[in-house]
Formats: sequence, structure tokens, C-alpha cells
Amino acid sequence: MAAKKGNRGGGGDAEEELTRVPLQAVLLADSFATLFRPITLERPKVLIPLVNAPMIDYTLAWLESAGVEEVFVFCAAHSRQVIDYLKNSKWIDQPNFTVTTIESHNSTSAGDALRIIYERHVIHGDFVLVAGDTVSNMSLTDALKEHKERRRKDSNAVMTMVIKQSKPSAVTRQSRLGTEELFMAIDPDTKQLLYYEDKADVRKGMISLEKELLFDNSSISLHNDKQDCYIDICSQEVLSLFTDNFDYQHLRRHFVKGLLLDDIMGYKIFTHEIHSSYAARVDNYRSYATISKDIIQRWTYPLVPDIQFFGNCATKLERQGKYRASDVVLSRSAQIGPFTVIGNGTKIGNYSEVSNSVIGEGCLIGSNVSIDGCYIWDNVTIEDGCKLKHAIACDGVIIKSGAVLEAGVVLSFKVIIGQEFVVPAYSKVSLLEQPLKQDSDEELEYADNSSGNIEFTSIYDEPERLEEKLRTELSNSQVQATSEVGDGGVGFIWSVSEGGHEDEWRHSVAPIPADKLVEIIKSATEELELSNQDGNILPPSGELGPDSVDNDSDEDARDDSAHFNKEVEATFIRAVEENHKEEHVILEVNSLRLSYNLTSSDCTGALFYAMMKYASDMPHGSSGELLKNVANVTAKWKKLLKYYLPSIDEEIEVILKFEEMCLEESTKELSPLFMQILNLLYNNDILQEEAILNWASEKEEADEADKHFLKQAEELIQWLKNASEEEEE
Amino acid sequence: MDFQVVVLAGGFSKTLDPLVSQEVPKALLPVANRPVISYVLELLEQNDLKNAIIVVEGKTAADLISSWISSTIDDDRLHVEVAVVREDVGTADALRSIDHRLTAKDILVVSGDLVTDITPGAVAATHRRHDAVVTAMLCSIPVSGSSDTGSAGAKDKSKKAGRYNIIGLDPTKQFLLHIAAGAEIEKDIRVQKSILRAVGQVEIRADLMDAHVYAFKRSVLQDVLNQKETFRSLKRDVLPYLVRSQLRSELVLNGAQSDENGNGTDAMQNSKVMLSQLLTNASMPSFHEICALGPDGLAPDLKKTHKCCVYIANKNKYCARLNSIQAFSDINRDVIGDANHLSGYTFSAHNNIIHPSAELGSRTTVGPQCMVGEGSQMGDKCSVKKSVIGSHCRIGSNVKIVNSVVFNHVTIGDGCSIQGSIVCSNVQLQERATLKDCQVGAGFVVTAGSDYKGESMAKKEKQ
Repeated sequence: MAAKKGNRGGGGDAEEELTRVPLQAVLLADSFATLFRPITLERPKVLIPLVNAPMIDYTLAWLESAGVEEVFVFCAAHSRQVIDYLKNSKWIDQPNFTVTTIESHNSTSAGDALRIIYERHVIHGDFVLVAGDTVSNMSLTDALKEHKERRRKDSNAVMTMVIKQSKPSAVTRQSRLGTEELFMAIDPDTKQLLYYEDKADVRKGMISLEKELLFDNSSISLHNDKQDCYIDICSQEVLSLFTDNFDYQHLRRHFVKGLLLDDIMGYKIFTHEIHSSYAARVDNYRSYATISKDIIQRWTYPLVPDIQFFGNCATKLERQGKYRASDVVLSRSAQIGPFTVIGNGTKIGNYSEVSNSVIGEGCLIGSNVSIDGCYIWDNVTIEDGCKLKHAIACDGVIIKSGAVLEAGVVLSFKVIIGQEFVVPAYSKVSLLEQPLKQDSDEELEYADNSSGNIEFTSIYDEPERLEEKLRTELSNSQVQATSEVGDGGVGFIWSVSEGGHEDEWRHSVAPIPADKLVEIIKSATEELELSNQDGNILPPSGELGPDSVDNDSDEDARDDSAHFNKEVEATFIRAVEENHKEEHVILEVNSLRLSYNLTSSDCTGALFYAMMKYASDMPHGSSGELLKNVANVTAKWKKLLKYYLPSIDEEIEVILKFEEMCLEESTKELSPLFMQILNLLYNNDILQEEAILNWASEKEEADEADKHFLKQAEELIQWLKNASEEEEE
Repeated sequence: MDFQVVVLAGGFSKTLDPLVSQEVPKALLPVANRPVISYVLELLEQNDLKNAIIVVEGKTAADLISSWISSTIDDDRLHVEVAVVREDVGTADALRSIDHRLTAKDILVVSGDLVTDITPGAVAATHRRHDAVVTAMLCSIPVSGSSDTGSAGAKDKSKKAGRYNIIGLDPTKQFLLHIAAGAEIEKDIRVQKSILRAVGQVEIRADLMDAHVYAFKRSVLQDVLNQKETFRSLKRDVLPYLVRSQLRSELVLNGAQSDENGNGTDAMQNSKVMLSQLLTNASMPSFHEICALGPDGLAPDLKKTHKCCVYIANKNKYCARLNSIQAFSDINRDVIGDANHLSGYTFSAHNNIIHPSAELGSRTTVGPQCMVGEGSQMGDKCSVKKSVIGSHCRIGSNVKIVNSVVFNHVTIGDGCSIQGSIVCSNVQLQERATLKDCQVGAGFVVTAGSDYKGESMAKKEKQ
């Protein structure tokens, strides 16, 4: 067998046809995200129960039924827990289905994971790449066939992405799974993916596609109504591509976009749309709720609670989508509403009402309790008179009598909520203290060296140590903690990091409240107005005309410098968003300069342009705010710009560039602020008075029409002149 | 039908030099021995569109066209007025200057250089059915030439594919969501996200040609023309503007109407909207209505939208615009060739038309897909292939004419050879002249024995 595999790795085409290749899959048992914190600090995400069964079981059950024969489970955070779980599960001794775990302690991204898998040399052909939180019942046959056929014709077709129809809400701009809206361009005939924008830049009201795309395809479909299922069929090359491009971290943001932008290698990605089958990923709390409901409503058949597809307990389906395990103790007066799952050994007291919820095994629910839209895990105790709405309560939580959980609350393991305590909406409660170093979710997801993450994995990997730590911590902090969650309660309420709070409602299990919706609609209307105005500014054809007709001769040069400017801008924005150091940016810009063969004053201009553009692209209501934006940006990146200002000439270049910008359509807003910004640059030591005065005298001789900005800045110039004269005196 | 038709006939287009001359403006250039504008007028007549205003640039051209119309068009069947505008004005300006003449509810704007068999009535019907503010007619980009000779041409065209319009349509192909024209095409394709969000899917097409037939709601057209004084061109300014702002309309649509009709029409209007919904044969309201209502009825105020529609002609319809010299040759070839139903003539058994009064010498052959006009004379042993010869031409012996267009009153000496060329009226070709891919302007004299390739010749005008 091993020998055969080696042969195939060598790549005999005809042989590959004849010898049956076992279908392999890579399952990433770590999402490399922190959206499920605080729960994921104590339990890996793939082991979180989804309608009373761990997520990974759904994924594995689907892979098995879809004909996958070999699964490599990649474990990073809490790898011990995942491995132990799998060892004791029935997956380990299935015929024709092998599950192999690959453990890593220093992987912080999907990219790292794939690089490690590449090093192991375990993948011998096309494979399925999924995350361990995928719930699906799709058949892989068609997608695989399409992929293989394409591969035969074109070896550059390295990946097939599974997509599904799902239109995001026009208001919140997120899908029902709580993911951001996604813009894609697909060739309608070949289904090739041509454009992918997932973290939509809200500031941009336009999608811009390269015009070259239309040379090859006479039509392109632009989609905002598709959902990325994160199920990929990959060729072996994908692994080596990740190894070649060691900076690829995120599967979509880096890998997919990287391939789409790179036209040298010509790798292609295709899409496969599924229509009747189900595929979704538990990505955040909202998708957790949505997918749970889908499972209860049997969209995921055969992966539903009353069919034993793995170690889940037998439940019986009753009318109105009620699922009840065999030995549930229900009071006669308790009311069980529709679409509810109640696990084994759970007791529900008098006059309690449960609807649209999932309740795990061994829970004790008192009387007069109302539970709506909640996900209660195993062994939870809810005392009399509690009210729970759209909340998650993990294993071992105790909610004392009369307590209220407002919408969107998450209670992590073994939290105790005190009597009559009201847990405010969207709060997250955990026995663990909130880590001090709070990176925002998104940054962590693809940060180059997220120290925070590694720390966590290493500490919390060993459950014993964790327990120990917990216990000591508990005794120490109990006194202090009680106050946070009421009388007799245990746990810390995590403060939501700044900025994040705003978005908490977006990803919570609770539906989006109506007042939020109204708010968004209002802002959306305003935005639309704005973008409409932008549209109007678009110059009429007459002005656009000459631009494309004239100067044939130096078009190349212009093209080059335009490219250069674009690249510098992109570099700068990346630097801002990912918090690079100045030195790195300088290094990058310098290398760009060399590759485009330009002078350093070109860099100055381009960099300045990028900064101003960034400032003016930031949301702002009035020109005052815009000025503030400019001030912030310049203050922050002063050093960087200063590096490129060795002499007066470069400084003059900056002023000239600035003038140019003020006349440009996209940055026209800056023009009324010309003097203020000039003054700002002067005060920040970016421009010396000599530069400004030189510029002014240079401009004196210019045409009348050219002097517009000179006049605007007159006051400042006069003042500078006076100051310098005084000095001379 | 309450439609008023505006035919934009242009003037003496510079791009068609040397074909146009002081005697022949663009609109009167012959296509199979008929002025090109007659094709549009005939089409209007067939569609029962009885009122047309022909807008001509410049007085001279207008006079020429007026006199042609008065001599040929029967006023009972088609009422035609000619309006003069300044030369070199944009299409939007042209409409602005005849603003006071526009009275009907909807205006159909047609380019005068269009040769097509797509019925403008279909465009008008689509326009009415959706209650749209603008409806544009699109057709497939013509496959260049007949298969055997046009291979070189076809290559050229495919290279230029990127230069056509870039058009965004909704999945049902009824609504126009994006249009890029003119210089914008040279840039990257930029699509508004707000529109994409509302529709969910936009199909970007580069294989459709804007046929320059637009139906406008009159009130809207006039508002836009008056408010946006910088708009020069319908195609490049007005249409993109309407498309861009369709989900956030700045137009006063129903308001203007109820002013005209008094207050009692609201109910009527509602039922009209209902009807238009039913007629769009969509079981669900279109995205415009959804967007206007706001999701879940939570919208704080009703957003105004307007519809921009398209009518996409069937692939096998013919549609071409006479706007270049290449197009002139192509259209002439097609009208007597593949699209000969357009010419209005009956073809002989040999698939050609030889006027009964034409005289052919002995052993002269006129092949299929050819036309010889009234009173033309040809000497012996001539050969004509895939060409149009006008009326009253005198052609000597041993003349070869292939893939060419010869206007009226042309004299061609013995032994001439004309290939892929256009020879205008009153040209004199002396003996043994050879032309290949040339254009010869009116009245020019080609000296004996000369040999031209790919040249454009015109008589120097006295100035």
C-alpha cells in the first residue's frame, strides 16, 4: 500500500485513473478564532455540543457518509481534549474510515496547519478541506467529479469551493449565519471564481473588478447572494502553495485572495454551488443558534437528533418538532413549546415553560421557570422562578432562584448566578478572568505572532493544571467575584473590549433587536445618499475623454507610477490595519521603489498620498472630523513620512502632491482644509517653513488658475514670512 | 401609442470622411441604394409610431434631409418634422433644444444610423410594462461579416471586444443595473454595492451592444436635462446617471403626474402599479419595490426608486449602426447578403437584384449577393461579386468589382479592378485603375493605370 502511494505521489496520470485513491480529508479542529470565548478557553470549539452532540461528530459523520476514507484531524488549541475525545469515540474503529490526529502546539492559523500537514507527507491526491465545525449533508460526488475533470484539462485548477444560495439581510449586511456579507464574481460558464471580498470594506461603495477579466469572459456574474460554506476540495498543490507562501495564514483572506491576485502562476479556483443539500459552519454564536434550529427543523437530515448517527442519545420526535429523550421527568403542568430538544435525565418542574430551546442531559429545572430560545448544556441547574431568554449556559452552570438572563448572555462552565440577579444583555460570564491582553478577534485570527493565543493553548492544554489553577483562583477570587454575578454567585463578567461592544449584538444568539434595526436603516439611508453624491461627482464624459486619449508616449511611465502609487497605498493601509512597525513599512516601500525604478521623492509623494487618502476614507461627518482624522494619521505616522523627507525638495514635493490631491475627485473634500492641513504639517515638523515659502514663491509665477491654493494658504504664508523676517531682524 | 419618436440623424460626421460630402450627410448615405435613415423610418411606420422628429445637426444637412423626406415619405403614414440643432452638439443637448416639442408621455429616442429588424414597438412595450423611466435596447454584438470573407475582420473585432459597453443586468435580464460607456470602459469595472445588495446577483456582460434606442419617460427626461446642465450625451451621461440613482431616486415621478392630472388619480396609480407588477410576470415584487418598502416595513420613510429596464433583442435579429467606414461596408454587404430581408427588395433566382433598366454587356457576370441600380450600364466581360452598384453608373469592359460599394453616377473605365472599396457619387475611374480597400470621395478622379491600396481619397474642396 505504502509503495503504491509513493508511486502515485510521483504522479503517473494513467495509473492514477486505474488505482483507486482513497478519498482523504483534512479536518481543522481549531478555528483559529476567538469568537466563542470564553467557552473556548476551557473546551475546544469542535467539542462544543450542538443540539446535544459535539460539533466534530457532525462533521465526521458527514465525511463518512460522503465517502471519505481517511481523515486527518488537525488539533492545536486543547489538542489533548480533542485527541482524548476521539480515542474514546466510535470513530476510531470504523471500517473503511480512519481518523488520524495531527497535533501541533505552535500553530496559530489555518496556514500553519496546512504547512505542518504538508511536512507530514500524508496527503496523496485531491482532498477535502473542512473545519471541525461544519454541519452538512451534501454529497461530495458531483463536486469531486467536477474538480477532477477540470484538473484533467487544466492542472492549474487547484481548488473547488462549495457555495450556497443565501442572501444577506439588506439591513444588517450579514447572512443568517451571522457572517459578513460576501461579494464574489464568478464566471457563469466555467464557474471560475474571479473575485472574492469577504470582509467588505464598508467605506467603499463600489466593487472594482479589473477590466482584463472581461477580455477572457464575455460575461461575469457578481454575487452578493451566496454563502461560502468553507468546504473546499483541494489538490495537493494547495499544501505546497501554503508552504511556498509562508505568509499565508487565513484560507480566504490570504490564500484565495492571493491566488486571485496573482496572475503569474495562473492558479484557478472554481466554485460548486449546492442547491438542495445543507452546508454551514458554526462560526459565531449567531450561527450556533441558526444551525441548531436548522438541525431541529431537520434541514440537515439525516443528521438530526432522533437518528443515531454517532454516540448521541436516542431521542423521540414528537409533534411540532419536539424531541424528548427516554427518561425525561416532566411535571404535568410544565409546558414544552415547539422546536425543543430535551436531553436524557433532565427534570422539569411545575408550571415551567420551555420553547425553541435545546436542553442537555441531566439538567434540573425548577418550577415557574421560563426558557425561550436558549441552549442549555449538560448538568445545568436552574432554580425556581428564573427567566432565560436567548442565552447559552454551559455544563455545570447553576442559576439560583429568581435570576434573569437577558438576551445574548453566555455563561461559561460552572458559573453560578446569584439569587434574583439580572445578567445584563450580551454579557459573557466565566470562572476565568478575562485575559488582560485583549486582541480583537479579527486581528488574532491572522496575526503574525499572536503571543496571546500560544500562551492560552500551552496553559490550558493540560486539564489537570487547569483545574488546579481554577481551584486556587476560585478560592482567592471568590469573595471578589461574588459581587459581579449576584449574591452567592461565582464568575467574572467579561468586559467587552472597546469597539467590540458595538458589534456584540451582531454575533449573539439573540435575534437583532428592533431598535438596532431601525438605527441601521437610518445610517444606511444616509450612506446611500452619500454614495449617490459620489456618483454624481463622477465627471461627465467630456472630462473623462481626454484622459484616455492623450499622451500615448509616456503612458507606460504613467502606468508604472500609478501602479507604484497603488502599491504604496496598499502597503500603508496594511500597515495601519495590522499595526506594522515603521521600519517594516520603510523596507517594503523601498523595495517597491527599486522594483519600479523610481526616485525616493516618488516614495514621499506616494506615501503622503496614501496617508491623506486613508484619512479621508475614514468615516467622517464634517470637515472638522476629517481634519481630526488627518491629524491623527499624521501624528501616528510622522516618523515614517519624515524618513522620506531628507531635504526641502521632497517637502515641496509633498505640497505639490497635496495640491494635486485637492483637485482630484476622490479626495476633493480635502481642498477646503488646505491651509489647516498645511499648518498641521508645519506644526508636526513635517514641513519646514522654508519649504512652504519656496513653494509659495514658485507658485507666484504660475497661472492665475493655478494659484487657487496659494491664495487659500496666504494667511499662513504671510505669518511665516513675518516670523522669518523677525528672526532675521 | 402615446409615444413620440426622436430620430437623431447627426450631420456630416467626420468619422465617415470621405463618404459624406456637402451633398450627402450621414443620414442619406446609401445602404443598398437607399438612404440609411429610410430604414429607421420604415421601421417606425411598421410599428405604428406615427410621429417623429428628426434632429439634424446643421442647416445644410437639414435642408438636404427635408427635401429627401418631402419627396419620398407619405405624410399620412408617417408625420415627420425636421429640427435643426447646432453642429457638434451632444445627444443630450440636441434633445434639450427640442424640449418644447416633446409632449407625449414617453419618448423614444432612436439613432438615425441604425439598420435593424428589431421592432422598436417591443422596446416601447417593455418600457410601458415596467413603468420604467428608461428602457434601453441591447443586442448581441454582430458577428462580423459572412464567414468566408470576413475572417480578417472577425479577428479585429474579437480583439476589440473590451471596447464595447459593459452592462450589468439582474438575473431575469429585465433591469439595467450598471452601465459603463465611453472612456469608463478603459478603466476597471466598478459596480455599486448598494445595487448589488438589493438585487443579490448582477450579471456583467461585455457581449451586448447598446443599439441606441431608448425609451424615456418624458417628464423624467426633461427634468434630468434641465437639472443637469453639464450632461452632454444620453448614452454617457443621462443613462448612467439614471442607472446609478435608481435605488435612491432624486426624480419626482408620481408627484409630477398627479400635478398634471389632479388629485383623484392616486387610486388609479396604485392599480397601475399593481398591474405593472402582475405584468412583470414575477410572483414576487421586484427588488425596486422591496427596496422602496424597506425590510419588514421598518423603513422610517419610503425610499424612492425608479426602474431602468432593458430590452434584449433576440440573437438572430440584425442590428448595426452605420458609424464607421467599416460599418458602412459591412452593412451594405449584409443588407444585400445575409440580412437581405431588410432591403425591402425581392431577390432574383440568382440571389441578386439587377434593375430591369440596367444594361449588361456580353459575358458579364453578376454574382449572388449583388445589386445593380437603375439605368447602370456595364461593358463586356465584367465580373461583380458581393457588391452594390448604384444607379446610372457607366462601367467599361473587363472590370472587376468585389466586396465594394459603388454610389450613383460613377464612371469606371475599362480594365479597372475594385476590391473592398467604397466609391462615392460622380467619381471617375480612368482605365486600368486598381483600388484595394480604398475610399474615394465624391467627384474624385482616379487617373488611368494608378494603383491604390488602403487609401482614402477626396476631392480638395474649394475654400
